[in-house]
Amino acid sequence: MSVTTYRENPVEQFLRTDRMPHIWCPGCGIGTSVNCFARAVLECGIPLDKLAIVSGIGCTGRVAGYLRLDSFHTTHGRAIPFATGLKLANPELSVVVYSGDGDLAAIGGNHLIHAARRNMDIKVICVNNFNYGMTGGQVAPTTHFGRLATTTPYGSPEIPFNLPHLVASCGAVFVARWTTYHVVQLQRSMVKALKKKGFAFIEVLAPCPTLYMRRNRLGSSVDMMKLFKEKSVVKHGIDTKEVAITNYEDPIIVGEFVDTERPTWLDNYNEIMKKRLGDKYVPWGVNNG
Amino acid sequence: MSTSTGRKFIGLVVINSERCKGCEICVSFCPTGAIVMSRDFNSKGYHYPEFKHPEKCTGCGLCGLYCPDFAIYGYREKVE
Ligand code: SF4
Ligand code: SF4
Ligand code: SF4
Repeated sequence: MSVTTYRENPVEQFLRTDRMPHIWCPGCGIGTSVNCFARAVLECGIPLDKLAIVSGIGCTGRVAGYLRLDSFHTTHGRAIPFATGLKLANPELSVVVYSGDGDLAAIGGNHLIHAARRNMDIKVICVNNFNYGMTGGQVAPTTHFGRLATTTPYGSPEIPFNLPHLVASCGAVFVARWTTYHVVQLQRSMVKALKKKGFAFIEVLAPCPTLYMRRNRLGSSVDMMKLFKEKSVVKHGIDTKEVAITNYEDPIIVGEFVDTERPTWLDNYNEIMKKRLGDKYVPWGVNNG
Repeated sequence: MSTSTGRKFIGLVVINSERCKGCEICVSFCPTGAIVMSRDFNSKGYHYPEFKHPEKCTGCGLCGLYCPDFAIYGYREKVE
């Protein structure tokens, strides 16, 4: 058999190939998560004109710029309020927030908890690489206890956020965590999140070899992927209280932790307005809201 | 390309060596060892993977899923 035509990577159609190679460092985990996301979009067959990607600032914030989709690069920490506005103005859209831990959990932390509390119908993909990458490796609310960052040169004295627990306790209806080692599982959870109505949150643990790993002498990104493989324990449905990662050596609990239903913000809004105004009120975005 | 293993399909890998940044994730996590890092390097000075043992490749596609630089893609083709 001779092979004359080679098949093209299906991810390619989602990329702004004129901007490749991208600026991410060799071995950075963000690109791997983009592979999974592109394939998840392909798998669930969302029409591409009904999909919007919103990123904040940071290394992961560049995702919006590299995806050939309707994508928005917003100000630092404000991806979620931007996405909320986008969703409410055009409820037909599937709105995905794709950003990093520094952007979503630190600067945008307030927006994150309130979007989860409101059950705003947006999907949040949070790439957690344990520090602020783009700005030079400062401590983040996800940095492991005692580890080095530019702003904690003697070790971080802070206990990091347990992000799945944070959003689950605020009321997110879908919460999952995977690492960039779990590409197949991550893709599957992304498909579920894209199909889910309500606030869905996926934390993706990823290596940042240039800043976090080098400063902490943790080896290459292959080493961190191996660590992910060794330390990961899949526990679907486990109480999110149990999934904190405080120390670098801790076991990494991954899986789909929460998958429930409750009315979204728009459902409740329509209901209240209907009660008040009766037939005078025309519900907004009823089919998708 | 021929297959001597009697399989009904072959695994194929396409490598875009100019995009590669030499992180070695693909070769480290390929379950069959079909790809190895080349001694050559691209115009940016990175070593890139080489499809050294096509007969071993199952076309599982993991290399393409892992690659953070969209530089490699593995897939399966039926043998006619
Ligand atoms: S600084 Fe870290 S997170 Fe940013 S691109 Fe480099 S490896 Fe990735
Ligand atoms: S397709 Fe699978 S077996 Fe073939 S080179 Fe890629 S990872 Fe290895
Ligand atoms: S995973 Fe991609 S960037 Fe890394 S060595 Fe393989 S082809 Fe190159």
